[in-house]
Amino acid sequence: MQETKKYKILLFILFLVVILTAFLNLSSGSVYIPFTEVIATLLGESVAQDNWSYIVLDYRLPKVFTAILTGSGLAVSGLLMQTLFRNPLAGPYVLGLSSGASLGVALIIMGASIFGGVWASVLLSKWSIVIASSIGSLLVLLAVLLASAKLRDTMAILIIGLMFASLTAAVVSVLAYFSPAAQLQQYIFWSFGSLGNLSWEEVLILVIFWIIGILLAVTCIKNLNTLLLGEQYAKSLGVKIAKNRFIIILATSILAGSITAFAGPIAFVGLAVPHLIRQVIQVNDHRILLPAVIMGGAILMLICDIAAQMPGSQYTLPINAITSLIGAPVVIWLLVRKRKFLF
Amino acid sequence: MISQIPNIILSTKDLQIGYRSKKEQTIIASNINMELGVGELVGLIGINGVGKSTLLRSLTGVQEPLSGTISINGQDLTNIPSEKLSELISIVLTEQPISKNLSVFELIALGRQPYTNWIGTLSPRDREFINNAMKLVDIEDLQHKKCYELSDGQLQKVLIARAIAQDTALVILDEPTTHLDIYHQAYVLKLLKDLTSKTKKAILFSTHEINLAIQLCDRIILMQENNVNIGTPTELITNNVFSKMFPPDLIFFDDKSQSFKIIT
Repeated sequence: MQETKKYKILLFILFLVVILTAFLNLSSGSVYIPFTEVIATLLGESVAQDNWSYIVLDYRLPKVFTAILTGSGLAVSGLLMQTLFRNPLAGPYVLGLSSGASLGVALIIMGASIFGGVWASVLLSKWSIVIASSIGSLLVLLAVLLASAKLRDTMAILIIGLMFASLTAAVVSVLAYFSPAAQLQQYIFWSFGSLGNLSWEEVLILVIFWIIGILLAVTCIKNLNTLLLGEQYAKSLGVKIAKNRFIIILATSILAGSITAFAGPIAFVGLAVPHLIRQVIQVNDHRILLPAVIMGGAILMLICDIAAQMPGSQYTLPINAITSLIGAPVVIWLLVRKRKFLF
Repeated sequence: MISQIPNIILSTKDLQIGYRSKKEQTIIASNINMELGVGELVGLIGINGVGKSTLLRSLTGVQEPLSGTISINGQDLTNIPSEKLSELISIVLTEQPISKNLSVFELIALGRQPYTNWIGTLSPRDREFINNAMKLVDIEDLQHKKCYELSDGQLQKVLIARAIAQDTALVILDEPTTHLDIYHQAYVLKLLKDLTSKTKKAILFSTHEINLAIQLCDRIILMQENNVNIGTPTELITNNVFSKMFPPDLIFFDDKSQSFKIIT
């Protein structure tokens, strides 16, 4: 009983940190805007410069929401996969979702050069990239789900996901080999990931997918806890293994798929955040773990986005690189310090 | 020689177990007729590969029998939905990928999953069952430890407590004495014996510790190729079944000490 109180306080602290980093994020960027002015803009008051309110409301604020949604969504996907496969190396992309998305986008970007002219500009619009990425991950998802219906062994699904990843990566390589430099560069820029490209409408779409994914994950909480004993015990405790597996894969695909479509493949967060959280809050209960991971993912993404702006400079670094640059040392440091791998 | 069994929990009729593939079926054992009653401790013994695990998998509903019926509390096993079955049979397995980061209390609490609400909140009644299970197995002082801190023997006790907390009429254990030294083997089996008398559960376990099983079990199921013998240890000894269990070149069953000896 005392324990749950402790966890509630910890979750509350995490929530405060999310708010704090969100405000920090809002007030950082290539244009310097004083913190008080940022708050004033949010409250709808008039500010010293007109374009400040545009920057805050239509660029930074949607970006903050995107960071929160992608960070938390990917972290939850990672947690779901790690528990489902009982494997600490699993992440949101372990089923080949990002590879599917990459293939879709690669086909569009690099294929556009073949058509040329008007078609090329249509194909290269932002929406067609979003759609290509969604279709790519959806196809891989369907293949994995079909396979998972046929297979009894959950581990085999992991291998199939890896095989799809290799397969699509190979096709992308072949495409890249025949592509002109400009297209190649555009593809590589997509693969860096980006949080700042989303309009409010797109953020709203992402919110809807996020809510569906998280709700599905919430319905699995009890079964996720049971899975900590392994599948055989879970089965003896009345868990419908195949149905539960389907829902978990579906939730992961909705979350990771929609995020990849809008923000590109952001690798590290989903793998690292569950481990970071387990080091900070030593808990296995998914009732605590799930909200903690949601907030941990949001915090990591917000911090990484601040770092990617390189405060005080004009440059913005690729978010995909920053998440690993900041996250990896933190995970290593925590593991070495505690000398105990908690999974 | 059929011994009297009160209040039958598990019974099988003309059970045939094995594997079925598209083309053919592999029969592991046939004509298994047995009954397990309230408060009985029954050991399942047999040489490696004779089909002990297949029998246990069939009895827990993981594997479909080739023919015959298995009934639990008078209900046909195949008609029991998995949620209901989890309130009738609990299992203890070895070498499962259990998260060793779970605390002892958390692990035992997972035994209450069939009874908790949609998100798994423990009610006062659930806590009572968990505490009672820990008391029965005598691991109350371990409850805040993490599983990676436990010895093999302690972990085995925790897993047994989890099964007790699940509050089922039947508990099935797959080789609960592997990895344990002879003291802890005896300890675990004695514990099972005590549990049957205290909780009135029927407990079925497979084991290679024949000498211990003979001393502690109410009845023994001895699986041999083409033949399954069931009876009290004394019945089986009088019928001379143990002596035919293994190839005769290395060990023999000594009736006097009721144990196997090496031929010298």
